[in-house]
Amino acid sequence: MDIAAQSIEGGFADPVFNAQTVFRAVMDTMARPGSVQKLPALARPPAPLSATAGAIALALCDNDTPLWLDPALQASTTVRSWLGFHTGAPVANTPADAHFALIAAPAEMMALDGFSQGTQDYPDRSTTLILHVGDLVSGTPLLLEGPGIETSATIAPAQMPRHFVEQWKQNIKRFPRGVDIILATADGIACLPRTTRIKTMEA
Amino acid sequence: MTDIATYNFAYLDEQTKRMIRRAILKGIAIPDYQVPFASREMPMPYGWGTGGVQVTASIIGPDDVLKVIDQGADDTTNAVSIRAFFKKVANVAVTTDTASATIIQTRHRIPEHPLKTGQVLVYQVPIPEPLRFLEPRETETRKMHALEEYGLMHVKLYEDIAKHGRIATTYAYPVKVEGRYVMDPSPTPKFDNPKMHRSPALQLFGAGREKRIYAVPPFTEVVSLDFEDHPFEVQTFDQPCALCAAENVYLDEVILDDHGGHMFVCSDTDHCEKRRNAPTSPLWGGRAEGAGGGLDQSTPHSTPTPALRADPPHKEEGKEKQ
Repeated sequence: MDIAAQSIEGGFADPVFNAQTVFRAVMDTMARPGSVQKLPALARPPAPLSATAGAIALALCDNDTPLWLDPALQASTTVRSWLGFHTGAPVANTPADAHFALIAAPAEMMALDGFSQGTQDYPDRSTTLILHVGDLVSGTPLLLEGPGIETSATIAPAQMPRHFVEQWKQNIKRFPRGVDIILATADGIACLPRTTRIKTMEA
Repeated sequence: MTDIATYNFAYLDEQTKRMIRRAILKGIAIPDYQVPFASREMPMPYGWGTGGVQVTASIIGPDDVLKVIDQGADDTTNAVSIRAFFKKVANVAVTTDTASATIIQTRHRIPEHPLKTGQVLVYQVPIPEPLRFLEPRETETRKMHALEEYGLMHVKLYEDIAKHGRIATTYAYPVKVEGRYVMDPSPTPKFDNPKMHRSPALQLFGAGREKRIYAVPPFTEVVSLDFEDHPFEVQTFDQPCALCAAENVYLDEVILDDHGGHMFVCSDTDHCEKRRNAPTSPLWGGRAEGAGGGLDQSTPHSTPTPALRADPPHKEEGKEKQ
């Protein structure tokens, strides 16, 4: 398939209902951090953009939301043109300008504080990070507490950013400013809103 | 349904839904921060729930079951119209049963039946800013929220005590969410405030005219503001519901005639109806004469023509006891 076809193929088969399905999965997991929602592969974006991350981008991004791509995605002309064709979202020049950031290689990503944190007056003007992670069970277990969690929850996302727990502590200290994270595996979603506290590391 | 125009699923266009969905996600991530959004004109006037309707339209899917209440009642004009609206534009299942609804849109009440995980409560909010009647300038209230400067709100509650000997605020009673933002829980009676605290349901608030969306995630601390020597208290009623004999529920006064006759009945019609129809109820089969008819919801799926209202839907809107 040539590049032009690759950038056009693979959008939502049913844009209205697929977008609603993806959004509800994101909303439910954002409201209950640590919970995981299964999501069928509703979009077929070109590699290295994953099906889940691609579907989230289609559901939430449009010409109002500058999008930042990590170097792995930025390098792919097909990914950029696929996102451009399906969402119309402009590519942000710097991470601090981005409303959403798509990150295919979280282990090599820049620090969380490099993204837009919002302001004290408008903490909503921050970047939402969409991270490709291998799965949510094989990494270092994270014990989560905070709004949306009845007592505590545990997820163990694989291939997380370096010094993630330390970085997340700083992110919480900035509240109400800070970034929110959507973790996208091959077939599911989990979220870490800025209110979620990572209490202790289990062995 | 007439074929005047075929609207998108749930009325709103997809770009509007995406914009509202992004605002909802930010609202959930920053509990009770009022996220500005580009509120649209809806086919109903401001004050009739345009904010709640836009939130519901953005989250609803074909599998959802919608319940709409107006002051606890499923059968008043506002509730019936909004339910009919979504039945028409989204073809979703509607119900009056609190337990089986996945989305409950409400104007100023929280159902008596406990909510559960997975349910979403959507509030129609007239004035989202708790500090608005104390400080009219948006630039200032925004700064006060940014700096967590809520002394003025305590002064207002103190003035209540100085004037009336107690905190006289009975609805839209300010709460603090997760120890950070002070929120106006929309003009719900303060009776419902404790139900917001660590509720298993997700609570979303939409203010259409004021163009704000905010949220309280499940299991979130929602604490009513008070003083050590004047602790927060909810309303109590010295008599049970005249129809179902329920105690510890919120009651509405119903005027029966023009000679001062009146009765107090459950504000939550679904709750009241269920109690009266339950075979275990001592009142089963013996409803109060002449009073149950108006509350009968044997055909909740019908779509009666909305009647014109003499009163504006938000009689209390814009007024605050100072």
